[in-house]
Amino acid sequence: MPQTPNIDTPLIAMEGVEKWYGTFHALKSINLMVRKGEKIVLCGPSGSGKSTLIRCINHLEPFEEGRIVVDGTALDDSSRTIDAVRREVGMVFQSFNLFPHMTVLENCALAPMRVRGTKKAEAESIARKYLERVRIQDQADKYPAQLSGGQQQRVAIARALCMEPKAMLFDEPTSALDPEMVKEVLDTMIGLARDGMTMICVTHEMGFARQVADRVIFMASGEIIEEGEPEVFFRNPAHARTRAFLGEILAHH
Amino acid sequence: MNIIGPNEILFLLQGLKWTILLSAIGFVGGGVFGLLVALARTSNWKSLRRTTAGYISVFQGTPLLMQLFVVYYGITLIGMEVDAWVAVTIALTLHASAYLGEIWRGAIQAVPKGQSEAANALGLHYVSRTKDIILPQALRLSLPATVGFLVQLIKGTSLAAIVGFIELARAGQIVSNQTYKPLLVFGIVGAVYFVICWPLSLYGARLENRLAAAAAR
Ligand SMILES: Nc1ncnc2c1ncn2[C@@H]1O[C@H](COP(=O)(O)OP(=O)(O)O)[C@@H](O)[C@H]1O
Ligand SMILES: [Mg+2]
Repeated sequence: MPQTPNIDTPLIAMEGVEKWYGTFHALKSINLMVRKGEKIVLCGPSGSGKSTLIRCINHLEPFEEGRIVVDGTALDDSSRTIDAVRREVGMVFQSFNLFPHMTVLENCALAPMRVRGTKKAEAESIARKYLERVRIQDQADKYPAQLSGGQQQRVAIARALCMEPKAMLFDEPTSALDPEMVKEVLDTMIGLARDGMTMICVTHEMGFARQVADRVIFMASGEIIEEGEPEVFFRNPAHARTRAFLGEILAHH
Repeated sequence: MNIIGPNEILFLLQGLKWTILLSAIGFVGGGVFGLLVALARTSNWKSLRRTTAGYISVFQGTPLLMQLFVVYYGITLIGMEVDAWVAVTIALTLHASAYLGEIWRGAIQAVPKGQSEAANALGLHYVSRTKDIILPQALRLSLPATVGFLVQLIKGTSLAAIVGFIELARAGQIVSNQTYKPLLVFGIVGAVYFVICWPLSLYGARLENRLAAAAAR
């Protein structure tokens, strides 16, 4: 659909999104606008619908009501709109989900070749560029199982970047990592944020949230309970549920 | 004549040649159609899943002997001349595709869901997702069971004798009738089957151990 370019036009817009799993109401009337270059941290207790929310944005999960518009494309259930959105949005999973039978380089070069029709040599040079950006270029010919968790997650970030997306979704990217590897992944994400990437990160790393988030959003029971700039959000949360949640998080860290 | 000389051995080897050829036909035909069956069983299309589930049940639930009979006499019944070759090729292909299709369906579903999610998130479509991501992992997972089925198939080809093939087992029966040395002849025939099937079984077991070790890592 035609769209006049406008600074204020959100890159990602969710309007009145409702999502059910069978009879379970997983997302309730979600409204979320993300401007280009904005960094959002999404937090909330386990089972509150954070993963479901970001997985609706690239249609890994269908939703029943409301609208999701990404870079001017309104998601319906057609493969045309789903393809268009997935070309613009990269995703990084908690469990990395690298392809174990392919080398690091092949993992990164596959989607540019298959989705964009990029020639192999060019796809590999794109792959090397982004592997260098996550500082893992010297592991290009290894298989995922030969890498540490932190290295695997950085490869997963590079793999998503190879499609040169306009926005990146992170679903608890450091939750499956040993503590000593969390920093290398967070540093990579901070670098990405500095370079102006639009990001939605589900994470409980509050240090990261303080450092890069423009807004922190708190979810519970499928609803957005409150949101705010990190300083305000952490210092002065409005809702009792947010305070309880933050208390628990801080006790664990 | 009741000694087992070079002629008898040669006759048995002729039989072995058919056994190997029939196994190869069953495996290749069953492999190609089995892959289609496995893909149909894991498709998003419910009626396709149902139909192929029925197909698998029928061919796993009836003896191969009966399938050979039905195909051989069934085709003649509708008034077509059939070569025994055609009948056996069809029957073995149907039989093997049901078993391999079921083995590979299980393997496709055993590939972690995160793999197709990552492929989807990257914008990969069905063909690439299947060919580049899912099948290479599924086929590797299924290798032990696939080799196990191949061993069953090799032994199962002895049933092709009923439509006139003189494969290894049938050749043994003929030689035994001529020489009156059934124990010796079937001893030899059994040894030949064993020499072919045992290394395959060992290979399958080794693959299985290797997969288990990789999974435990
Ligand atoms: N595929 C599914 N089928 C049924 N229920 C699901 C499914 N995925 C998630 N849920 C439920 O939806 C709720 C939200 O899940 P999720 O978005 O994964 O939460 P979070 O990421 O915040 O931990 C949970 O109660 C979960 O049990
Ligand atoms: Mg989650």
